[in-house]
Amino acid sequence: MKRARLSRLEQLTILIPFAWLLAFLALPILAVIALAFHEIADSIPPVQPLVSHVNGHWAVHASLRGMQIVTTDPLYIGAFRTALVNAALTTLGCALVGFPLAYAIARAPERRRNLYVLLMILPFWTSFLMRAYAWIGLIRDSGPLNSLLLAVGLIHEPIPILYTPAAVLLVMVYSYLPFFVLPMYAVLEKLPADLLAAAADLGARPWHVFRTVTLPLSLPGLVSGAVLVFVPAVGEYVIPELVGNSDSVMIGGILWEEFFQNRDWPLAATIALGTLGLLVLPALVLRRWFTSMAAARI
Amino acid sequence: MATGAAPILAIRGLSKSFGATAVLHEVSLDVPRGAIVALLGASGSGKTTLLQAIAGLVEPDAGSIVLDGREIGAAPAFERSVNMMFQSYALFPHLSVADNIAYGLRARRAPRAEREQLVAWALDLVRLEGLGARRPEQLSGGQRQRVALARCLVMKPTVLLLDEPMAALDRGLRAAVQRELVGIQRRVGTTFILVTHDQDEAMAMADYVAVMDKGRIVQFGPPREVYEAPTTRFVASFLGTINLFEGQAVPGSPSGRGLATADGLQVTAAAPLPAAAAACLGVRPEKMSLAREPTGLGNDFPGTVEEVSYCGNLTYAVVRLNPARQLAVVVLNGTHGTRAGLAVGERVHVGFPPEALVALPA
Repeated sequence: MKRARLSRLEQLTILIPFAWLLAFLALPILAVIALAFHEIADSIPPVQPLVSHVNGHWAVHASLRGMQIVTTDPLYIGAFRTALVNAALTTLGCALVGFPLAYAIARAPERRRNLYVLLMILPFWTSFLMRAYAWIGLIRDSGPLNSLLLAVGLIHEPIPILYTPAAVLLVMVYSYLPFFVLPMYAVLEKLPADLLAAAADLGARPWHVFRTVTLPLSLPGLVSGAVLVFVPAVGEYVIPELVGNSDSVMIGGILWEEFFQNRDWPLAATIALGTLGLLVLPALVLRRWFTSMAAARI
Repeated sequence: MATGAAPILAIRGLSKSFGATAVLHEVSLDVPRGAIVALLGASGSGKTTLLQAIAGLVEPDAGSIVLDGREIGAAPAFERSVNMMFQSYALFPHLSVADNIAYGLRARRAPRAEREQLVAWALDLVRLEGLGARRPEQLSGGQRQRVALARCLVMKPTVLLLDEPMAALDRGLRAAVQRELVGIQRRVGTTFILVTHDQDEAMAMADYVAVMDKGRIVQFGPPREVYEAPTTRFVASFLGTINLFEGQAVPGSPSGRGLATADGLQVTAAAPLPAAAAACLGVRPEKMSLAREPTGLGNDFPGTVEEVSYCGNLTYAVVRLNPARQLAVVVLNGTHGTRAGLAVGERVHVGFPPEALVALPA
């Protein structure tokens, strides 16, 4: 009696996440897949039903128009490429800035570490838009950065930073940095100091210790940090919109335009699926590579 | 120093403070070549800091460390021909046993043939042949310790440092592992310096024991000397148990060897005591006899058995002589003797010869 009730409770607890995934992951994805093959119509919603029954005739209104546009039109292919390149550069930038940062925090005295982590994530408690506008103020031609460079004499006239791809990269690295630093820090903090001391004791110079002990053992943090930065960075559309130019239009911005301005829902859905595919495939490959690497020698 | 040869490691006036806390006070130590030296002390005695200073993991504030005739006090860890076996063993979890052992050889770019030969030699030395491809997590505690040892010994260090080598092992394994470690040391002849808080481990393994207290080496010598002839009360009570008799030399006692304690006991020492001055004498529990009749030894006191704990080979007893004094006595449970069935409340005599007493600072 008691056992049956317990197992029903267990079933229920399994059912809750299952229902959640079904309702908020599987069904929306299926809806987006279906939407991608709809035909557009001048109506609300701006698509024709897939199947209609008019005058006793069944008709199917499906279209591969979205697929065709996305795979052939240079605008979309270019936007995909920009998104991937920008996300990759953002990930690289986050790694180059974030790894030393995480390492420094992890090696700081124990009682100060939490303070440093707090200081790092503190700016992110304010609105993202406010911080983006703050960057616009900092890097514009008459802003403090250019004024400083002029005053120091490094440059003789303001260099344009705002509304360039460099500005997009700068603000994206800044925005995504905590997503890299936090998992990296979690791994580095657990790295036993004894291992580093043992490596030094066995005659390894600091760089050799880093390459043969620190880096291989911090790989899990590096990979999860990179995924956490790369995945949302591919779909980013606000930052290129705010600080970039027409060259830095990313696929997220195009998707937004197609959906809200052009009201081309099937095309927007196709772009969404393409983005998803671009992210899921590398993630699967990475995962496979990583598990096989963990099993074998690093 | 027992040996006349130059010490392999000579430490002079080594001091180290962490903030306002002085951890080492002008420590000096000569380590004979090829010996096992134990740094023995309680936690906070500075023994680990001394080991880390030798390894180059801690920078001393003052003093010199001369290794095989060369000053190494300022050299970074990776330049010292000293290796350390860590308490946690610090094996690299992402490397196989063989790669762990080869780590130091790779770091100094030893040729592949030499590397493989040395790794095979080390695996054989620590009896881990055939386990080179395993991961550290697939090994038992004792095997891990031997990997850590092999990883150091392939470097052919001038001195090998061992930080609490038995701490990570089950108690039941320790005696066998201690013997094995000593056996390996005898075969390779490398000088070992080990840090331990366990007096039995220090005495069982070491050729010389350096007893440390509050950042100082308070006594250095072979285990037997340190145990039998402690020079301070701290050493006497840190290594085992000792019964202390504090008092005044009795004027006019035979040859000036009498000591009168505050609780009215008259103790006879083997040698004359400083006349009319405070003195302290100690006697180890196992050097005393327990009998139902007077023992006839140079010192004999009647008392009442207050506690008895029977431990198979030994019996520990506490005998009260008077309200102010108890004596701890250890008797071997041999087949001879009159101690069979020692009972609490029994009237007994505790006796010991004057030679059993050691003079300690008053």
